[in-house]
Amino acid sequence: MKLSIERGTLLKAVSQAQSVVERRNTIPILANVLIEAEDDTVQFRATDLDIEVVDRATAHVERAGATTVAATTLHEIVRKLPDGALVTLTADSAAGRLSVEAVRSNFSLATLPREDFPVMATSEYDTNFSAAAPVLRRLFDKSKFAISTEETRYYLNGVYMHVSEADGGKVLRCVATDGHRLARIDADLPPEADGMPGVIVPRKTVGELRKLLDDDEAQIAVSVSETKIRFATPEITLTSKVIDGTFPDYTRVIPQANTKRLEVDASEFAQAVDRVATVSSERSRAVKLQLEEDKLVLSVNAPDSGAAEEELAVAYGDDRMEIGFNAKYLLEIASQVDRENAVFLFNSSGDPTVMREGNDQSALYVVMPMRV
Amino acid sequence: MPALCRDCLTELESVSRCTACGSPRVLAHPELFSLSIAHMDCDAFYASVEKRDDPSLADKPVIIGGGKRGVVSTACYVARIRGVRSAMPMFKALELCPDAVIIKPRMSVYAEVSKQIRAMMDELTPIVEPLSLDEAFMDLAGTERLHGAPPAIMLARLVRRMQSELGLTGSIGLSHNKFLAKVASDLDKPRGFSIIGKAETADFLRDQPVSLIWGVGAVSREALEKAGIRTFSDLLRWDREELSARFGSMGDRLWHLARGQDARRVSGSDPMKSISNETTFFEDIADPDLLDGYLWRMAAKVADRAKAKGITGRVVTLKLKRSDHRIITRRQSLREPTQLADTLYRRARALFDNVQDPGPFRLLGCGLSDLSKADETEESGDLLDPQFGQRSEAERATDAIRERFGSDAIVKGRSLR
Repeated sequence: MKLSIERGTLLKAVSQAQSVVERRNTIPILANVLIEAEDDTVQFRATDLDIEVVDRATAHVERAGATTVAATTLHEIVRKLPDGALVTLTADSAAGRLSVEAVRSNFSLATLPREDFPVMATSEYDTNFSAAAPVLRRLFDKSKFAISTEETRYYLNGVYMHVSEADGGKVLRCVATDGHRLARIDADLPPEADGMPGVIVPRKTVGELRKLLDDDEAQIAVSVSETKIRFATPEITLTSKVIDGTFPDYTRVIPQANTKRLEVDASEFAQAVDRVATVSSERSRAVKLQLEEDKLVLSVNAPDSGAAEEELAVAYGDDRMEIGFNAKYLLEIASQVDRENAVFLFNSSGDPTVMREGNDQSALYVVMPMRV
Repeated sequence: MPALCRDCLTELESVSRCTACGSPRVLAHPELFSLSIAHMDCDAFYASVEKRDDPSLADKPVIIGGGKRGVVSTACYVARIRGVRSAMPMFKALELCPDAVIIKPRMSVYAEVSKQIRAMMDELTPIVEPLSLDEAFMDLAGTERLHGAPPAIMLARLVRRMQSELGLTGSIGLSHNKFLAKVASDLDKPRGFSIIGKAETADFLRDQPVSLIWGVGAVSREALEKAGIRTFSDLLRWDREELSARFGSMGDRLWHLARGQDARRVSGSDPMKSISNETTFFEDIADPDLLDGYLWRMAAKVADRAKAKGITGRVVTLKLKRSDHRIITRRQSLREPTQLADTLYRRARALFDNVQDPGPFRLLGCGLSDLSKADETEESGDLLDPQFGQRSEAERATDAIRERFGSDAIVKGRSLR
């Protein structure tokens, strides 16, 4: 194999691939990226056995072929090469080396045979649809903060993507929860997505996917089966196993009858929460919300370090009430609101609280209170 | 040379017998009145408490420990003469000393006595660092003006008071750092008072085995022996870099200790790092229900201690020991710290279910670490576990009842398994 490629193009392709590779690896081949060159295309493939990413780039291929080298080493080298340089990759299969040449630099990297590289089995997908990058970006960006890290409830370690009924008809919905917070984000259902099986997209996949979604104009081809999900652009294909488990029936835990309505400027609210939380120890930051007519008092009382209080002008017309939350949870859901006011719906100090973004029905958050 | 009568506390000038009371227990040392770091170690503590509380045991060999396959926790000096040592398997102790009286440890009694001793030590100095119920370091530097007497006299008074008021004896080691103070307290047990002065440190250590170092157990000793290190003089032949390269962080410490240097401070309030509880079964257990009962009781005990100390923890640990003595530990971090038995038990139980080892097990334990001070707040509820709020309130209510009517006043059915 011998090919030449522009440094910037190579860096983009290799960086996507190397981020999938697990840093602490016991199987040597899994630390490698598979490079395949044919016609005028070079393809970089990396996997952790759960996720596989394939990145294609245009290159001048002199001699077709394939080899594998350490992904992080290759990435580091390319990153340090001067911008605009032309990089030549030459595989010497007899010596088991890949040479990387650019300008005056010359590297020789150890390779492993391509036959040893585990390529993810291709599978049949039940559903194939296309979605605009900004739509997917919103679905996952707004839900991923609530993904659980608790290994014992592994079925919560991802975003549950499925088709659901909402007021305006069927929607494509993403839900994540760790038991303390829940995010439920809806988007218009692409017609071909109807009938899609519900899948739990693992946390790491959500992180990798994000890199495909930066381009506002991009259309993403999504394919879903009971066991796998695939996201593809013309350059990148990301294939991932989905979490083999049943996502709990979240509809039962979303309160329907919370009537005490508080409307507040989201960023003012977030800043105030952040300020009062400063005095509390980092671990258990409980913020108390005291509500009365058009007034919200936020307070923190940390026995060892001190106390803080801040008053906000809000829209509230119900009975006086007091409720406590973990400051971090409040900040996280408040930061999901981008344009509208944050609307909180309370029931009592012991019940889950709902938050919405203004009158937007397509995003809903639930947060559990702390007893203060 | 300054000297001191350990019985009547009279300051003397180097004599072999006290001129005031005639006691032969005279302590003489050139640095007697200038050293201030002490280690106090009670003599056969558990056994001595038992003998004190039951005078009929006075001349009998007494062993504290228990269970069919228990080990000796403490042996009194009568039993020690027969060769019984702590940590020895009980059957072996009984072979050596068939007429021994075996007593199950009464930890709550020992803890109470320990508190009384601690109170006496607190009167000497604010810097007391307990190592266990029956031993502690004390730093008496700068207390001479306060007490009107040098540390050596105050320490002799402490053990005299322990004997007269509590009926227990202890041994004192006095030196210029923690390592040597601890070594000294062991030199002349029981009722000992030993001093290792600065001037004699090098001479004293030279021919001592490295196993003298606290923390050098069988494994480290083997590693040291492989390197040809048996005594302190062997250690002195090594460069600091060589020791560090070979033994890591322990190497640097060894280099200093070889020279009798130990910069660790006696720290009065060493923060607690974890709370845990474990139990070795009489017979190995595989029955999940039975194990579940133990797990709940362990969790409840840990939670009780956390609550009593006003502490919460963020990491739950499960420990299992299989029949082949292999230890399995699993841990999980929580998003918010807890002190609830319910949370601790449920997380430990989830960890247990994930272990996927059918057992049988010989030991089970659970613990809480990454501790912080508890405040008024309870953990956030769990959307997917709507009963959590009720259970945590029930636990607080149960605690209130137990506080008033005793810890057995109300228990969960699960704890009776």
